[in-house]
Amino acid sequence: MNWDIFWDTAALVLILIGALLCLVAAIGLLRFRDVPTRLHAATKPQVLGLVLIALAVGISVRSWPAVGMLVAIVLMQFATAPLSAHIIGRQAYRNRTLDQDSLLVDELADAQSSDNDD
Amino acid sequence: MNPLLIVIIVVFGIAALLTLVRIVRGPSILDRAVASDVLLTEVLCVLGAEMAINHHTRNLPVLLIVAAVGVFGSIAVARFVARREKP
Repeated sequence: MNWDIFWDTAALVLILIGALLCLVAAIGLLRFRDVPTRLHAATKPQVLGLVLIALAVGISVRSWPAVGMLVAIVLMQFATAPLSAHIIGRQAYRNRTLDQDSLLVDELADAQSSDNDD
Repeated sequence: MNPLLIVIIVVFGIAALLTLVRIVRGPSILDRAVASDVLLTEVLCVLGAEMAINHHTRNLPVLLIVAAVGVFGSIAVARFVARREKP
């Protein structure tokens, strides 16, 4: 078996897994009820999907400068994905756009009750 | 055309369409912010997949910039809605 064909097929399979992660996130966005659960579905392809796509690009292009750039991209995504997820989840809690009945424990309620005068 | 390629294109298309449905239906602006984030991630994935399929590296700077500044959109929306919206 030709090695070029093998690596290209491996890249395609990795891209397919990344695409399926995007699809799973979209289905989760449609089916879940409130912002935090939708956030839970949405953050999966942001890191794992992009890592898989970066791996696919790396084994498809096979050049070290491109791999360096891909590492920079993945690190950038590692740094920024939790930022947006955290700030949206925090705002969802403060706006009460979450399903209060689904919470088993609400440890933030005590901390919030002392400073909710605004 | 490689059958795997067609499956990849169809899966990406369906995912983008379902995400668009969530952006249109809402109900709150934070739901739309989350869905927009997912759509941006899908754009990143499609750009990368196109590079891997066609064996070139011209999209790498776009990927880097979008990964770096894409976070500001959701942060701006989340700060904008601060406590004004009633469920």
